[in-house]
Amino acid sequence: MLRKLRIGLAATFFLLVTALFLDFTGTVHQWFGWMAKVQFLPAVLAMNFVVVALLVVLTLLLGRVYCSVICPLGVMQDIFAWLGKKAKKNRYTYSPAKNWLRYIVLVLFVLSLVLGSGVLAKLIAPYSAYGRIAGNLLAPVWQWGNNALAYLAERADSYAFYETEVWFKSGLTLSIAVATLLVLIVLAWRGGRTYCNTICPVGTVLGFLSRFSWLRPVIDTSKCVDCGLCSKNCKSSCIDLSSHSIDYSRCVACMDCIEKCRKGAIKYAFAPGRCSSCQPKDEKVSASRRAFLAGSAAFVATTAVKAQKMKVDGGLATIEDKVAPQREQHILPSGALSARQFAQHCTSCQLCVSVCPNEVLRPSSDLSRLMQPEMSYERGYCRPECTRCTDVCPTGAIRPITREEKSSVQIGHAVWIRKNCIPVRDGESCGNCERHCPTGAIQMVPLEEGGKKRLRIPVVNTERCIGCGACENLCPARPFSAIYVEGHDTHRII
Amino acid sequence: MKGKNTMDRREFLKILGITTASATLAGCNAGKEENSQAGELGPVPTDEMTYRSFPALGEDKVSLLGYGCMRWPTMPNPEGKGDIIDQERVNELVDYAIEHGVNFFDTSPVYVQGMSERATGIALKRHPRESYYVSTKLSNFSDSSRENSLAMYQRSFRELQVDYIDYYLLHSLGGGGMDNFRKRYVDNGMLDFLQEERRAGRIRHLGWSFHGSKEVFDEILALHETYHWDFVLLQMNYVDWHIAKGSGIGCEYLYMECAKRNIPVMVMEPLLGGRLAKLPDHIVGILKQRSPERSVASWAFRFLGTQNNVFTVLSGMTYMEHLQDNIRSFSPLVPLTDDETQFLFNTAKLIEQYPTVPCNDCKYCMPCPYGIDIPAILLHYNKCVNEGNVPESRQDENYRKARRAFLVGYDRSVPKLRQADHCIGCRQCNHHCPQRIDIPKELRKIDAFIEKLKQDTL
Repeated sequence: MLRKLRIGLAATFFLLVTALFLDFTGTVHQWFGWMAKVQFLPAVLAMNFVVVALLVVLTLLLGRVYCSVICPLGVMQDIFAWLGKKAKKNRYTYSPAKNWLRYIVLVLFVLSLVLGSGVLAKLIAPYSAYGRIAGNLLAPVWQWGNNALAYLAERADSYAFYETEVWFKSGLTLSIAVATLLVLIVLAWRGGRTYCNTICPVGTVLGFLSRFSWLRPVIDTSKCVDCGLCSKNCKSSCIDLSSHSIDYSRCVACMDCIEKCRKGAIKYAFAPGRCSSCQPKDEKVSASRRAFLAGSAAFVATTAVKAQKMKVDGGLATIEDKVAPQREQHILPSGALSARQFAQHCTSCQLCVSVCPNEVLRPSSDLSRLMQPEMSYERGYCRPECTRCTDVCPTGAIRPITREEKSSVQIGHAVWIRKNCIPVRDGESCGNCERHCPTGAIQMVPLEEGGKKRLRIPVVNTERCIGCGACENLCPARPFSAIYVEGHDTHRII
Repeated sequence: MKGKNTMDRREFLKILGITTASATLAGCNAGKEENSQAGELGPVPTDEMTYRSFPALGEDKVSLLGYGCMRWPTMPNPEGKGDIIDQERVNELVDYAIEHGVNFFDTSPVYVQGMSERATGIALKRHPRESYYVSTKLSNFSDSSRENSLAMYQRSFRELQVDYIDYYLLHSLGGGGMDNFRKRYVDNGMLDFLQEERRAGRIRHLGWSFHGSKEVFDEILALHETYHWDFVLLQMNYVDWHIAKGSGIGCEYLYMECAKRNIPVMVMEPLLGGRLAKLPDHIVGILKQRSPERSVASWAFRFLGTQNNVFTVLSGMTYMEHLQDNIRSFSPLVPLTDDETQFLFNTAKLIEQYPTVPCNDCKYCMPCPYGIDIPAILLHYNKCVNEGNVPESRQDENYRKARRAFLVGYDRSVPKLRQADHCIGCRQCNHHCPQRIDIPKELRKIDAFIEKLKQDTL
């Protein structure tokens, strides 16, 4: 019964959190956006004390149900573990806790967050890891499915579905997502919650608390016949049959043992005492990802084909893909406040990247900000009416802002590149940047006094520019725009 | 990037609908001709086509329906980028047309990205030379040197696989005024050369097509004394009869001037690139009420056929259904009564109230050097105008629905990088447009409208 309840709740949370990463229309976020915000690490980083306190109380009352129900990465591992158990029954055995590993990882994790760039922290943070998997691996599949429906809808003259572009935002982040997924599949298949009880910093922290939880599974030694079914089916490997004790720091309150026990010897109840002491042993798990990271190379595919025949009627000119300029300072969305504030809070969960409808946000491949979102304007620009990333961010890295506020937040400024500008390069008049600037920061001035064709070039009033990238995106110069945005380290209101 | 635009949704559905309808009907009236589509109308007649002949055209008996070869069906190039003409379908269309009495085919070296002449030639080669008339043009727009013009003329013979051309045209006079006319045909000696060719019999009739101002028209028509124009190709339809949206001169004037001089007229754009077939619903209702069995397009054709000095009406028929419908309209022609003509003029007034852009999808403006898909944008806008999906303000009753239909449909019809916001306003397209649309201005207007829709600030 308890187990079924756990599975029902877990499935609900898992599906809806996944939907947050898949839904590009914004509907799911309206109703279930809070599910991202109750994730532990995002809540801590957002300094959302109410949520953190609730999660602490929850754990103190019921044990690590957070890990079994709310954490999508945990539920995902349960799915793989369940498949593993289909392949081989009674596959687990008790193993002592590897506390030294847990604490070292936790310390490194905290240090990485506080002192370093946080790359290590973001690699192992559970919600972020799941976000990368959902956003990079599941979302494209979902979108292709949607596009198939849109294809049919188009033929039925219906506007119910519309096509969305599927694009791979970062090869490096994709590789990391794949590697994480593969490691987790292997670990969960073979050993259930190995990751959660050795690496996961959230698991370690909640493990501290769950030792003292009010309700927990306890073995009634008077009923126990030492059959070992509970231990063999404990995905946390935390039931020590020899002493009839359970390591509550690792127990994720899945209730599997209660259901497995034929004698009814295990009950979810209040019991005093603590877990048995655990002997540390050697293990190596975490190195693989790191090594992979160092070894993998980013791949960028660009097409640059140009061919034009004699002037006949019809046909379409080839459009060269835009290439991102080398920016001195990366661009962050309105609401990020400053690069520092942003880096401190972002867990690289990719939720903002998944929902950005303008194809502006993508994970950074810069090693110091690995996987953290940044903006670039080759595929679209930061549209004035859109505040999607600020609405969904669970960690407070991108603070919520309104459309009106956004129109006055300066996240960067436009820089003009003479040699690329169409009037200079092709001798054609243009002004597309000026026409599309939402703040009127660009004006056109004569290229040269009394020059022929009265060619005019754009000049930027950087005081009025907000860095939205309309000019960069709509600039006809390709592959490099003649006007591009430099990010600002600290955002300001103009 | 293209692909999507080769067949628009309406066409697709139309075919789907007609195929289904004809399948159903075929089931009901087993034994009737395969292609019968409407029970009332019976099979498409094979031997009732109306023909016209004029002293100026000698012995020629030309079918009132002429085949315009500017809109041949295309398909994605199996060997790579872009589109190629679907030759098999062209052959089918040509065979069907000839079988049902159409004997006039009009093309140009620049049509369908320069592929039309060859495809037309391949299809016609399969029929006896005397069973059809073919016309093509000297389309020396980009390079009017004598050398290039001669090469273009000779290429037409090779591509069409003929040793004489029945009707040869100076292509699209009027654009660029008299100066351009002299530059393209007089100064390089081409007009003299073509007259020689006419005398030699390699060109049977010499004429010109026109898009321009009244003054230039008058001046070129006056040259009849010198050059003896055998015929003229005019853009005519009932909407532009008294005054045309683009040029400002009604086609009635142009037509009457030709008629006065006994110069027979060939008609182009009878449906304005399909615009007179794709009308707003309530106008379709009005036309259908008057004649429920006839198609909307048939009104335009019958109007033109009613003009006695017209010898053929060119229609660029991409689909079999269009061909069948148009054959019906002229097999035989039932001229409009005065009452019907007046009715059609009244309808024209209603059509004019819709703010559509007068684009006929001729694609002369393409390819835009900056990659914009100009006709696709204008056609999408027109479609939304006709379907009531261009809201005037957020207060409109159907605002939400119209906004979605406009924006979603826009992304479907035009890839993002080819949309109006990428137009830089270089104006290179403008002088190619025979309808004299100020393309950058229209695109900017549409872009501003879309921006308001997107920002929800209409």
